Amino acid sequence: MAATGVHVLLLCPVLIPLLGAIFSIFGWNRRRYQRTVLVVGMALLLAAAVALLRVVSAEGIQSVQVGNWPAPFGITFVADLFSAIMVLLGAMMGLAVAVYSFISIDVRRESFGYYPLFNTLMMGVSGAFLTGDLFNMYVWFEVMLISSFVLLALGGERAQLEGSIKYVTLNLLSSAVFLAGVGILYSVVGSLNMADIARLMSARVTEGIALTIAMMFLIAFGIKAAIFPMFFWLPASYHTPPVAVSAIFAGLLTKVGVYSLIRVFTLIFVQNPGYTHGAIAILAGFTMICGVLGAAAQMEFRRVLSFHIISQIGYMILGLGFFTPLALAGSVFYLIHHIIVKTNLFLVSGVVHRLQGTYQLKPLGGLYKRHPLLGLLFLIPAMSLAGVPPLSGFWAKFILIREGLELRHYLLVAAALVTSILTLYSMSKIWVEVFWKDKPESRVFGGAPIAHRLPRIVWVLYLAPIVALALCTVIIGLAAEPVFALSLRAAEQLMDPQAYIEAILGGG
Amino acid sequence: MQAVLILTVGILYAAGIYMMMRRSIVKLIIGLGLLGHAANLLIFTAGGLRRGAPAFIDPDQSAAALAQIADPIPQALILTAIVIGFGVQAFSIVLIRRVYQVNGNDDLKHMRSTDELGSNP
Repeated sequence: MAATGVHVLLLCPVLIPLLGAIFSIFGWNRRRYQRTVLVVGMALLLAAAVALLRVVSAEGIQSVQVGNWPAPFGITFVADLFSAIMVLLGAMMGLAVAVYSFISIDVRRESFGYYPLFNTLMMGVSGAFLTGDLFNMYVWFEVMLISSFVLLALGGERAQLEGSIKYVTLNLLSSAVFLAGVGILYSVVGSLNMADIARLMSARVTEGIALTIAMMFLIAFGIKAAIFPMFFWLPASYHTPPVAVSAIFAGLLTKVGVYSLIRVFTLIFVQNPGYTHGAIAILAGFTMICGVLGAAAQMEFRRVLSFHIISQIGYMILGLGFFTPLALAGSVFYLIHHIIVKTNLFLVSGVVHRLQGTYQLKPLGGLYKRHPLLGLLFLIPAMSLAGVPPLSGFWAKFILIREGLELRHYLLVAAALVTSILTLYSMSKIWVEVFWKDKPESRVFGGAPIAHRLPRIVWVLYLAPIVALALCTVIIGLAAEPVFALSLRAAEQLMDPQAYIEAILGGG
Repeated sequence: MQAVLILTVGILYAAGIYMMMRRSIVKLIIGLGLLGHAANLLIFTAGGLRRGAPAFIDPDQSAAALAQIADPIPQALILTAIVIGFGVQAFSIVLIRRVYQVNGNDDLKHMRSTDELGSNP
């Protein structure tokens, strides 16, 4: 029964965090036990994700019908290459941030459910990547959202609560739109299984209604992904929680929105790509420019990084907007590169905060002199984010811009290039302010607590995830070919919905 | 019947959005609740309104019987959405209570510090 093994493997990314959450709830207040459960769970999740990617890569799209109800009726879990890659990235970030949170999350938050919530957050993220059913996707979104609400507000500092109000409101609004969209889609198509909807879409839905529903999904997922007119919740909230929470949010949550956009706009809403995907490409251009200009004005470490999430989302959506296999491969490559780099930058900002007690760029300084290794570890993801060769960001941008030139979208290409230069500007701003310039006299800015020396074990736990993620960035940059080949295969799968439909519904 | 429900959905959406535009966080949460109800009722209406027959079919009945009954799936969806909405509402009510305790008022105008340049959380 080799098939059963694959079925279990496909459910593992959801089951492992679920079990982790249950086990850690039973050990409420026992921090050491909860830490062990989390790190073991995340390591198992990573192993399962690697195994899943290998199977999907070797044997094609895998699916499992939960409860053995045949395809359009039961709930389907599907892993194609794109899902498997995203699950793997999610697991990598989960493990890195789990290790990092042992020394960066304070005792009160640890005692009030940080670890169970981290597990449920990972469960929601994996579930959203793997589900093949639209309503089920809504449910996984909610699992992820509720966990993130509590993680964001946990601790109850004033800024956190203010950020939570904005985050909660806009994300609930997006859920309401998503739910209404699913309901209307069901009423016209009569199915919730994504493959089944894709099969029936052109026969049962007239173009006008399809377009209306497509726009509802664009708004719903657009809010989650923080694309152009709907990104205001992100820079208002991401810099308020502890840095480990910021890092996992920055790495994964908006990317679930991007994943869902790519999924529905390659599988379901492909009737009129000139209109829908054209609109997405234009939004992508605005997203890039607005995000990067927002970042240029900021003088707070994590707010600069938050605005850069927005501008980078623009690049990922741009590949979807171009809607060719190569451009989508660029998007997938960009996702791989961006999740690693952005999480890493947030992790570095946490170390800086621990050393000098603030996130404001002005009072920071002199870190390169004291901690040259930390400076290097900031420089790798920062330069990669800006797209300096030979790091991973260069190749991601190169693919997208080349495809943009091929398709003669010169304005969008120009927007992408300008964004790239301005990204370099803000990254060098952080570099100069935090690492290069001398530390300003503390009497000017008030005496922030400064920890010059940290215990060795704290250093190791801080730097291990950062070094691991920086190595990933360098390796992806130096060995871009296999990663690109994988992204291209994932993109070709995405551009061929027929294979997806057949893998789930069988030959018919 | 359908017309009445459609109008209700429209009014609920309008009321929800109006409430969200107010500055009080209590009204914000009520507005979100109304939006959730509007979405649920929308799915219910879009799923088709039929009455009189339960959703069970004898194996020997013809396909014509299928047209008589209401589709149970939208109702299952709404049930799930109501449960999720309940949990979210409970969370948001606790959240606004904490915000009120920490901030001392319920006016959104006084909650802009995380959006301002040079804020220091």
